[in-house]
Amino acid sequence: MKKVNKFLALLLIGALTLGVLAGCGKSANEPGSTAGDDGFRTLDEIKESGVINIGVFSDKSPFGYVDENGDYQGYDVYFANRIGEDLGVEVNFVSTEAASRIEYLQTGKVDIILANFTVTEERAEEVDFALPYMNVALGVVSPDDAVVTSLDEIGPEDEVIVISGTTAETYLEKNNPDIKLQKYDAYAEAKTALENGNGVAWANDNTEVIAFALQTPGFTVGIPSLGSADTIAPAVTKGNTTLLDWLNDEIVALGEEEFFHTDYEATLLDTYGADYEDTLVVEGGAA
Amino acid sequence: MRSLGLDVLWKGKNFVRLLGGLWVAVRISLISVAISIALGVVIGVLATGRSRVFKAVFRVYLEIVRVMPQMVLLFVVYFGTTRVFGWDLSAEFSAILVFSFWGAAEMGDLVRGALISIPRIQYESAEALGLSGGQVYRYVILPQTVRRLIPLSINLITRMIKTTNLVMMIGMVEVLKVAQQIIEANRQSSPNAAFGLFAVVLLLYFAICWPISRLAGYLEKRWA
Repeated sequence: MKKVNKFLALLLIGALTLGVLAGCGKSANEPGSTAGDDGFRTLDEIKESGVINIGVFSDKSPFGYVDENGDYQGYDVYFANRIGEDLGVEVNFVSTEAASRIEYLQTGKVDIILANFTVTEERAEEVDFALPYMNVALGVVSPDDAVVTSLDEIGPEDEVIVISGTTAETYLEKNNPDIKLQKYDAYAEAKTALENGNGVAWANDNTEVIAFALQTPGFTVGIPSLGSADTIAPAVTKGNTTLLDWLNDEIVALGEEEFFHTDYEATLLDTYGADYEDTLVVEGGAA
Repeated sequence: MRSLGLDVLWKGKNFVRLLGGLWVAVRISLISVAISIALGVVIGVLATGRSRVFKAVFRVYLEIVRVMPQMVLLFVVYFGTTRVFGWDLSAEFSAILVFSFWGAAEMGDLVRGALISIPRIQYESAEALGLSGGQVYRYVILPQTVRRLIPLSINLITRMIKTTNLVMMIGMVEVLKVAQQIIEANRQSSPNAAFGLFAVVLLLYFAICWPISRLAGYLEKRWA
């Protein structure tokens, strides 16, 4: 019986340790991360707390990344900082992964997601998207001596390089089933294949092919925008209308000063060059 | 030989950031390991006891831990508790909770295994010498159990340390995430940085796990 008592005491100690830790966990919250009962913080609650939590990527240069001094940088971050400035609150950046973006919003652990979030119908059922601030589409890059400027130029014997599982593959298979595809698994393989002339062109997200053409002499993006143009927009928790309305007004107002062009020039110019500024940037929420 | 891109380590505060990330990983794993060992010993001893209810509960608990990927557990604790109960647990607390939940179950099973591996005759001889129930454990069974436990628990501990990189999924920036951030931020200027940086991360993990292995080896010899 004595033995049992001893172990019960130990168990109690264990439980207490956990309890104490639980206490610590609750008091040691990140600044301002106190979502209300409805799962999100309204505009007034954010202003009152003095801190807005914005989820960004921390390893997707040049959209959201951390520089060598530990500061968040990039196209999305530049916009996030402006939001903080105009709201008069501090920005608390939360490092998010592609797979956890929706969870963060639905649990109110961040107020806004600004992580290169492409607007899709499925996602719009889970979160509320504000007006867009960037375009994404497919692009096709080809060698300078045989630039493909339209899909019609691709002959029956020509092969187009794609990466398996990308939107480019799905789009071409669906809309241009006659075009022969050469599929690769990795970005690096597709790149080498194009450089070796294994295919007449390479189709991928336009940001990827534009960056490739800029870095690799001898290649041109003949088709910078193909297929259904998707947009990238900030997202808030579903039903957070006060914050959503404020964001939409903000994006429209920023359009008047061409804010996103300034943003592009500060963050994306090195990667995508000046030629594609108007292809990629959406000003004032209207394409 | 092509450059490994290690120069990016010395750019700005990169190296300090990497060490800061390592500290996050070490802090979470050390706290979780301490809790796991304490709870694991209790659970393991109880699992060899007579209570059938406890044994059944322990079986279910252990199966849950074995079947559920740690990442799912992290999501359940960090996001799930907010959805269901409205609790706003911090990422670090959630991580420690999940890793302790996992560690305590596996540690409990290791303790249980080590205990039942002690031959029945050891208990009987000790009792024949007139030792009380507590004394049998204290002087005869536990010393032998601990010696058998050391190599097994080292495996678990180093595995826990290496699994802490999952906390990046709930927004914590630990050593591997910092490495990815540095690689991405320098993708244009040093495209080879990935290899060098991952090698550095490997060395950092090694620097943490190696002393633990050495300590275990030392203890095993001393207590043998």
